[in-house]
Amino acid sequence: MPERTVTVGSTSGLHARPAKLFVQAAAKQPVKVTITAGERTVDARSMLGVLSLGVNTGGTVTLAAEGEGADAALDTLVTLLESDLDAETPVDA
Amino acid sequence: MPELLRGHGVSPGTAAGPVVRMPDPVTEPPGGPPPADTDVDLARIRPAMDLVATDMWARAGKAEGETKAVLEATAMMASDPELADLAENAVREQGIPAPRAVWDAANTFRDMLAGAGGYVGARASDVEDVRNRIVGELLGVPAPGIPDPGHPFILVARDLAPADTATINPERVLAFVTAEGGPTSHTAILARALGIPAVVSCPEVLAITEGTVLVLDGATGTIDTAPDEATVAGARDRAARAAARNRRWDGPGSTADGHRVKLLANIGDAAGAQAAAAAGAEGVGLFRTEFLFLDRADEPSESEQTESYAAAFGSFGEGTKIVVRTLDAGADKPLPFLDQGEEANPALGVRGLRIGLAQPEVLNKQLRAIAAAASSTNADVWVMAPMVAVLSEAQAFDRHAREAGLRTTGVMVEIPAAALSAGELLGAVDFVSIGTNDLAQYTLAADRMSGPLAALNDPWQPALLRLIGMVGAAGQTVAKPVGICGEAAADPALAPVLVGLGATSLSMSARSLSDVGAVLKTVTLQQCRDLAVLAVGAADAASGRAAVRAGLPALDELGL
Repeated sequence: MPERTVTVGSTSGLHARPAKLFVQAAAKQPVKVTITAGERTVDARSMLGVLSLGVNTGGTVTLAAEGEGADAALDTLVTLLESDLDAETPVDA
Repeated sequence: MPELLRGHGVSPGTAAGPVVRMPDPVTEPPGGPPPADTDVDLARIRPAMDLVATDMWARAGKAEGETKAVLEATAMMASDPELADLAENAVREQGIPAPRAVWDAANTFRDMLAGAGGYVGARASDVEDVRNRIVGELLGVPAPGIPDPGHPFILVARDLAPADTATINPERVLAFVTAEGGPTSHTAILARALGIPAVVSCPEVLAITEGTVLVLDGATGTIDTAPDEATVAGARDRAARAAARNRRWDGPGSTADGHRVKLLANIGDAAGAQAAAAAGAEGVGLFRTEFLFLDRADEPSESEQTESYAAAFGSFGEGTKIVVRTLDAGADKPLPFLDQGEEANPALGVRGLRIGLAQPEVLNKQLRAIAAAASSTNADVWVMAPMVAVLSEAQAFDRHAREAGLRTTGVMVEIPAAALSAGELLGAVDFVSIGTNDLAQYTLAADRMSGPLAALNDPWQPALLRLIGMVGAAGQTVAKPVGICGEAAADPALAPVLVGLGATSLSMSARSLSDVGAVLKTVTLQQCRDLAVLAVGAADAASGRAAVRAGLPALDELGL
């Protein structure tokens, strides 16, 4: 199963606006993506799940997906996570 | 039911209008019996979640800034796939009815977020809000929150939470009446900030039928549940006259014979400072600094603090007096990074300056940040410590503040011991400021959050006023300022009494400035002293208030 490990670039970590943008982007992907931090794995489309991971800036997470379009979906989400979403204006929030 | 109900008036003004009941809060649904048809309960969960999410998105669309961001996150929680999965599993595998399954699933996430602390921890209350809305939808009970019947109304509630009060539309809500809550409850503070008449601690009000027209007096706390047409018309006329008055205060504050009384604002952040400056405040009598510290896992850095303080100071012109209160944590405002542990009786525990002296690095960092912000702006920044009981604490605070480079130091008088030692305290610091809410709670030994004890927490209690008079006299002896920064200063009938007792400045919600300033302009200093004698000598709070009101005809003319 394709996987990517990525360091979270947003100043506030994966909270607040970055979490919202990430979850919304995950929901637009054609495949189900999971996000793992430490021992826990949650559905990347779940706001509650993503928030409950409590990932701070500089924290590492692993994304995984399966099926057609999985690699493209992971690439999109990795780019999003690496950038500082607190600093940017949303492209399509 | 008697036609005339009596509660506790906490925000002056008259209102007449129909009752709309605030829905009771949604509580934990029963865990059984199991659904007759599991599939029916399963099929209801996601549609209910989607309805709530749609509603939240609509509300987010009308909001802006931080509120919008919070509402959007909340909307996404409402349709969260993991929340739905967890709830559906409980229905399918354990035969738990849908409402309770959603309740439990949401609580699981709430606890997880709360455990994470910091920003995420603060979202735990949003999960509860989403939970209540979905469960309310499933049970077919009205959505929690302030109703909007489409016409002006008097809002009747058991009590109001901060989350409720944030969504109140002052164009629609003519007045509040709550069954519970005291004079310093959220309802009371919000009502005064919005200038809406309010009565709290009136349990009988819950028996009133929705739609009944009431006439309410937010100063005296009386509610007429069967007013005749003339009474309703008279009340509407008074309310209209009060609304038509220019609410902007064009200071400076003084009595009719020119005795100066600075009219200042209580603020909590830079936005509050702007609003206060716009409302015509002569400065700030109480700048609460907790906003920087609450909802935080870590202590804010010195530079972050400096920046926030400077932003607030910058709203006022050169030389404007701004009194900053150092961190008042503990009791009802615990802070994670201070690691205070459990206390059996937090209101009597390690709070306010007691924490500052036990952990001086937090206090010193804050004092240095205030000093840096003061030197980067032109404001006249004073600094004061909360929860001071004895002289040595005042001396220690003065030393810390001067070492940080601050020139004007003071202490709050909230503890009877401090009021009784005001002369000695004023030997160590430059000024005192009386926090009437806590001084009432500690003088009358009555929890300020308690509804049943609201009558004891009344700022008109003669014993409390006597203590304030002692502090005022001590200030006059050494010619040092005595401010009042509790909610008492916002009561236009009480303000002249406080001036008569020796207060040199009054600090309040910005919204109250024009009312207090207008009343003060109608009385001389000697009249203030005479009114103070009446209030202090009264048998109880109610008769003191009545005697002073009778001596202040301006209140009626101003519709207060």
